[in-house]
Amino acid sequence: MTLSPLVSLIGRRVGASLVTLLFVSLAVFGIAQLMEGDVAEAILGQSATPEALAGLRAAMHLDQPAWERYLEWATGVLTGDPGRSLITGLPVWEMIAARLGNSLTLAGLTALVSVPLALLLGIVAAVKRGTAFDRTISIATIGIVSVPEFLIATLAVMLFAVTLRWLPALSSTRDVHSTWDLVRVFAMPVFSLACFVMAQMVRMTRAAVIDALDTSYAEAARLKGCSPARVVLRHALPNAIGPIANAIALSLSTLLGGVIVVEIIFNYPGVARLMVDAVATRDLPLVQTVAVIFCIAYLLLVTTADVVAILANPRLRHR
Amino acid sequence: MTAPLARIDHLRITATGEDGCEIVIVPDATLSVAPGEVLALIGESGSGKTTIALSLLGYARPGCQIAGGTIEVAGQRLDTASAEELRSIRGRTVAYVAQSAAAAFNPSLTIMAQVIEPALIHGTLDRAAAETKAKDLFRRLALPDPEGVGDRYPHQVSGGQLQRLMAAMALITDPKLVIFDEPTTALDVTTQIEVLKAFKDAVRDLGTTAVYVTHDLSVVAQIADRIAVLKGGEVQELGTTEQILFAPTHDYSRALVAAAAPRTPAVAPAVEEKPLLDLWGVVAGYGGTNHDGSPRVKILDGIDVSIRRGQVLGVIGESGCGKSTLARVVAGLHAPTAGRILLDGTPLPPVVRRRSRDELRRVQMVFQSADTALNPAVSVGAAIARPLAFYHGMDRASARAEVARLLDLVRLPAALADRLPGELSGGQKQRVNLARALAARPDLLLCDEVTSALDPVVAEAVLDLLIELRRELGLAYMFITHDLEIVRAISDDVLVLYAGRVAERVTRDGLRHGAHHPYTRLLTASVPELRPGWLEETPARDAAAAGGARMRDMGCSFLPRCPKAVDACAAEMPPMLIEDDRRIFCHRSVDTLAGR
Ligand SMILES: Nc1ncnc2c1ncn2[C@@H]1O[C@H](COP(=O)(O)OP(=O)(O)OP(=O)(O)O)[C@@H](O)[C@H]1O
Ligand code: SF4
Ligand SMILES: [Mg+2]
Repeated sequence: MTLSPLVSLIGRRVGASLVTLLFVSLAVFGIAQLMEGDVAEAILGQSATPEALAGLRAAMHLDQPAWERYLEWATGVLTGDPGRSLITGLPVWEMIAARLGNSLTLAGLTALVSVPLALLLGIVAAVKRGTAFDRTISIATIGIVSVPEFLIATLAVMLFAVTLRWLPALSSTRDVHSTWDLVRVFAMPVFSLACFVMAQMVRMTRAAVIDALDTSYAEAARLKGCSPARVVLRHALPNAIGPIANAIALSLSTLLGGVIVVEIIFNYPGVARLMVDAVATRDLPLVQTVAVIFCIAYLLLVTTADVVAILANPRLRHR
Repeated sequence: MTAPLARIDHLRITATGEDGCEIVIVPDATLSVAPGEVLALIGESGSGKTTIALSLLGYARPGCQIAGGTIEVAGQRLDTASAEELRSIRGRTVAYVAQSAAAAFNPSLTIMAQVIEPALIHGTLDRAAAETKAKDLFRRLALPDPEGVGDRYPHQVSGGQLQRLMAAMALITDPKLVIFDEPTTALDVTTQIEVLKAFKDAVRDLGTTAVYVTHDLSVVAQIADRIAVLKGGEVQELGTTEQILFAPTHDYSRALVAAAAPRTPAVAPAVEEKPLLDLWGVVAGYGGTNHDGSPRVKILDGIDVSIRRGQVLGVIGESGCGKSTLARVVAGLHAPTAGRILLDGTPLPPVVRRRSRDELRRVQMVFQSADTALNPAVSVGAAIARPLAFYHGMDRASARAEVARLLDLVRLPAALADRLPGELSGGQKQRVNLARALAARPDLLLCDEVTSALDPVVAEAVLDLLIELRRELGLAYMFITHDLEIVRAISDDVLVLYAGRVAERVTRDGLRHGAHHPYTRLLTASVPELRPGWLEETPARDAAAAGGARMRDMGCSFLPRCPKAVDACAAEMPPMLIEDDRRIFCHRSVDTLAGR
């Protein structure tokens, strides 16, 4: 048995992601160029004279051809120096680094809460298919999927911060002094995000496990005298790993979009907020770099899921 | 008579339909199995064979429930047993061998882990003892590499071997009763005979009691002591194998036996000498092409075929030998990488979209699965009217009359035109497919396993219809099947394919005597005969070589299985031997191959 076909298969997946990343960076750069107005206008305001605008653009190298600026920026990103912010003059990387930790904590906590819970709910719903429990889960998840995340966040604020006054309406990591504070600060953003992310994950996990439970080999296992738990854990789940990994990756990638909305609503100092602010001021190096970071996160998730699915497939593992 | 080991009394099984109302699957079934005997359940699909067999495990498929009657195995009541009790019976007292072992093995676990699982769950053996016993069973079931096969994963083993491995899994706990659910239906004849032999020996040596579900009477004749004939979930007739085979009393049993008996070949109408279809050196495959234009995975290699007007050519060979690919090439659905296709002497473009309307009209194809070939949302009448409008530009009124005529031609009532495919039976659907193909008024009909998805009695009727149509319309058929009996019944000439190359072409009557390719011999010797004792008389073969036939780049592909091989076979392509009514591709002389 040789591993090389497997390695080359995985290599190809990773290679494909890198190519995708290249195209995405081009697209991000292109779209950023299309935005109305530029940073010079944003800084100098509407009353600026054309001469002043031209001077500032030259100073910021905005008069160079687009492809030159793209190359400069792309090599910068690759070498770990995506340039300086056009507004603050600070290195872009420094501005992002300060916020990235916050966003990762938010996303990480959400994933930590939602993934195990969603898998559990999905698997139990699949095993108890057709029961009241399963139907409740189905209805609840459909309900949540069809509500936009900003609405969930807003409702959470109204309920817990305004009406009940249990939690602060705005989240700032500066107020964290104890574990309790941490829970209070993160409760609502994590709750809103987790609701949304989980609903999808539960549904997809349930579908994947039901598929595996409906197979002939699951029936054969039952007819061997396997207990229901054994049928699920030993026979169905190993074959559902690929689809479940996919479900997790897809759901977590919607988390990226969710983070933007939630950070804005809770005024949470993360990268997503940074990007929204940067869009307002046309601070292109910052916008582009944050966008690329989001894309990298997305591709990382999807590629990991692909690789897990490949590794979980016995036909590919054992030729 | 000793007390029965298993007994089913007035069993009633129902299902809940989509609209919530109850559907009776088994209205009232009664039968019993004596210790040490093999009882066969036989009947067409939908007759409740599997449902009744599964009830002996106290199991009903999802959506079905055991609604009445009693089930008793080895003194235990199954119909009233708790889930806990059932679990301790399944895999221990009663074991199950599924129809498709390929689907019933878990793809992510090793074979050994699955084979010994029943022994471990029921605690009859510890792991080491179970593995030793498993290997012993592998040996008994004539599996190649009994020591190592357990470490493999299901996809690394052939279908016939998986079927035997599944039997090993069932036998590992020494169950009192084993249920075999159509265990050889999915196999090629040459593989089926080995599996049957292995099953029969194991069942006899271990004194196992078995219930054997199948629709194939010749298989039953080899393995069963008694037969229960089922129809509509009821036992029509129950008797010893001899009695059912040679003196069936019930009408339905008689029809079954008649359908299984060798057919008297149809009288061949005069065939014109002019070839209708000619294939010259056709090469086809999948997975793209190499630099030299040859396919990456070669499926067909150097195929020469010709069919004359009004002639029926039977194409036979084991699964995966390229039969369907050949039909798809002729139909223009799959472009060959080399070779020529001539229709009436003029070259046919290789792909459908470059063929003219008239060329399309003259070659029609009927597929194996009647279900998927029909659009479920289009009524029967509309489906048949479409080619009428396309090929013959018929308007609605004349199309309607023609649809009625075509339905009549395939022996269906004209009223069926308004129905949707979902409201038809399998045999009716296949007739509709046929009518649709005939609507084009083709010269050549490509039939790919048109009867294999049908029950024997229904298949028989469709076959009769094809024979009549040929007589009435003077059609030529390329008739693809893996069933030698059907080939014998319908074709004028037989083309035997092995691993993508022609092994032999012979007339139907020539098939019965004279020199043959060693593979043709193997094939003819593997078709079970409708009499007990045939299996025992058939010599054992090297089980290891069967299955997984591969096309060899050099020499004869049949070499690994050939009892007559000589040195030249490995190095050189077999030459064509010409004897009056046959062409054989083999290195040995006609005399040797004739056994003279
Ligand atoms: N689309 C495809 N891509 C790759 N390989 C294919 C494809 N279709 C068929 N094959 C392979 O080509 C070979 C011949 O297939 P084909 O369907 O012609 O066999 P067959 O003789 O009709 O078998 P059966 O009796 O099972 O219908 C098989 O090994 C099959 O796995
Ligand atoms: S060519 Fe050789 S291997 Fe092939 S069938 Fe003839 S004798 Fe057997
Ligand atoms: Mg086929």
